[in-house]
Amino acid sequence: MADTKIKRSIDKSSALSFTTPTKVDLEKRNFLITATACTGAIGAVAVAVPFVGSMLPSERAKAAGAPVEVDISKVQQGTIMTAEWRGKPVWIISRTPEQTSELSKHNDQLSDPNSDVSSQQPTYCKNLHRSIKENISVVVGICTHLGCSPTTKMQAGGDMGDSWSGGFFCPCHGSKFDLAGRVFKGSPAPTNLVVPPHQYLNDTTLLIGEDAKAGGLNHG
Amino acid sequence: MANKIVETKGIMGWIDARFPLTSNIKNHLTEYYAPKNFNFWYFFGSLAMLVLVLQIVTGIFLTMHYKPDAAQAFASVEYIMRDVFGGNIIRYMHSTGASMFFIVVYLHMFRGVIYGSYRNPRELIWLFGVAIFLCLMGEAFFGYLLPWGQMSYWGAQVIVNLFSAIPFIGPDISEWLRGDYLISDATLNRFFAFHVIALPMVLLGLVAAHLIALHEVGSNNPDGVEIKEKKDKKTGIPLDGIPFHPYYTVKDLVGVVVFLIVFAAIICFAPEMGGYFLEANNFIPADSLKTPAHIAPVWYFTPYYSILRAVPPVMNSQFPGVAAMGLSVMAFALLPWLDRSPVKSIRYRGSLYKRWLAAFVVSFFVLGYLGTVPTTVWGQLGEWSKDIVDTRDCATWVARIFTFIYFAFFILMPWYTSKDKTLPVPERVTY
Repeated sequence: MADTKIKRSIDKSSALSFTTPTKVDLEKRNFLITATACTGAIGAVAVAVPFVGSMLPSERAKAAGAPVEVDISKVQQGTIMTAEWRGKPVWIISRTPEQTSELSKHNDQLSDPNSDVSSQQPTYCKNLHRSIKENISVVVGICTHLGCSPTTKMQAGGDMGDSWSGGFFCPCHGSKFDLAGRVFKGSPAPTNLVVPPHQYLNDTTLLIGEDAKAGGLNHG
Repeated sequence: MANKIVETKGIMGWIDARFPLTSNIKNHLTEYYAPKNFNFWYFFGSLAMLVLVLQIVTGIFLTMHYKPDAAQAFASVEYIMRDVFGGNIIRYMHSTGASMFFIVVYLHMFRGVIYGSYRNPRELIWLFGVAIFLCLMGEAFFGYLLPWGQMSYWGAQVIVNLFSAIPFIGPDISEWLRGDYLISDATLNRFFAFHVIALPMVLLGLVAAHLIALHEVGSNNPDGVEIKEKKDKKTGIPLDGIPFHPYYTVKDLVGVVVFLIVFAAIICFAPEMGGYFLEANNFIPADSLKTPAHIAPVWYFTPYYSILRAVPPVMNSQFPGVAAMGLSVMAFALLPWLDRSPVKSIRYRGSLYKRWLAAFVVSFFVLGYLGTVPTTVWGQLGEWSKDIVDTRDCATWVARIFTFIYFAFFILMPWYTSKDKTLPVPERVTY
């Protein structure tokens, strides 16, 4: 007797087809279904956390992002040197006085001549040459379009055309940057190259990855 | 409990009482009635299955020697090529198989388009097919990183950075995808997991769903008429239907033979296909500090890549280009609802539709070509254009025009398919 009762309440269709129907408490059933589904869903979300989280950068990857010291005494004027920070190329661009003075002459061709997009450089580099020292720029050599590393075209003119005053050319999609890493209008890259947080420990030693004042990494 | 009553005897009888083997063979092969007027376009579905099997088998054998480790991956591929017996053939089968997969699938999709195979009642078959196509693109992308060459590395860099363009959450998403601040060992390891286990399982499930849906509603045919509407009154078999086995299994075998001749010729004589199947830059180990002079995806992605490059940034954001690229792939999923023509097959459509289709095919090829070359390939506009346009590269402007045509094919489809002058559709199939 008890058996048939259980069976009836489980199987809705057979319960309804009985000539003397046993009343099925649909409200209770819906409540139980909803409660079970919700509890299950919460459990599923909770268990998804370690799986989704496991794909984030690991502690080891984060540790590898520590600041690096670079000796810049050997960089000649008019050349660049490449350092590595967080696996990215960081360019130390040493400009000649002519190249530095050239920076102010093509503002009209640039997307963001005054470095107004604040995410692209620390505040102490929001100036004409986007650097701490007037003749040395430090920028991450990764195109802000899709992450290629632009080719160095330091010399004016040449295969970049007569109006070219020196800078960088991204081989992937043709973005152009000047010698302070500012992007030229008409490039697919939306913003200027990123200036990483950096400071000078002395005249010839550069620390990339840490601001002078605060410590800690606010950019990158 | 008494055994199920079955008609078969012996071993088959024993099995059928426990598993629907005979009925499945009947439902899907010997008594699955396909239209009798299939032409060569109908080879490509079975060929896609063949390539899928080839990719899985060659992939398993490559996995036995490959090392998904940034320090060892490149060398392990070279080890397969030089020291493993038959390793070069297995690897070339896999790399050529990837390109052939796309060739076969593109032709299979084109068949669906020209004969209206996506139309009612086959919308779900088409949607499963689009999902298979997306899955295949994922497989190709993840697999391409594994050799850890320069092109692998920078291709992955560009594609993962596409996600950075999504407003607000983009940069975090791409960091999560990479598992690092740059494409690294962590990225390679997870791409390996996606490539060899996650996506293949999804792919197999989708292929099963594709076939189940197909066998539920029956195959379309070059005339786009429903053979189920004219059945033999006694047997209930469609008058224009023939059993898939043996008729189409044998016919498909001919397609398989021709395909394998081409496949073997490529593997033996042109496995790199002049840089289209395997790019020269990928024979240089990945270097995170040096981007190759010219980055291009493998040929099967180039039409969408051209669209990405052609769309200019808006308000300092590259998101429109990324969105356009995504839409250019997803647009196929909308075809069943965009096509308003009273007929299915191109045989009975008017010239208006045919012209639009031709324009689409041309733009697909032009965009595909432009995606393989730098934007400077066709020179620049004159000095006069300096102040009025954002870029002077001629090829970019050509790509923009054809991007426009590409999307117009989809967006204007409801209009030109309903306005088109169609021909009367026959009652029965013709051949």
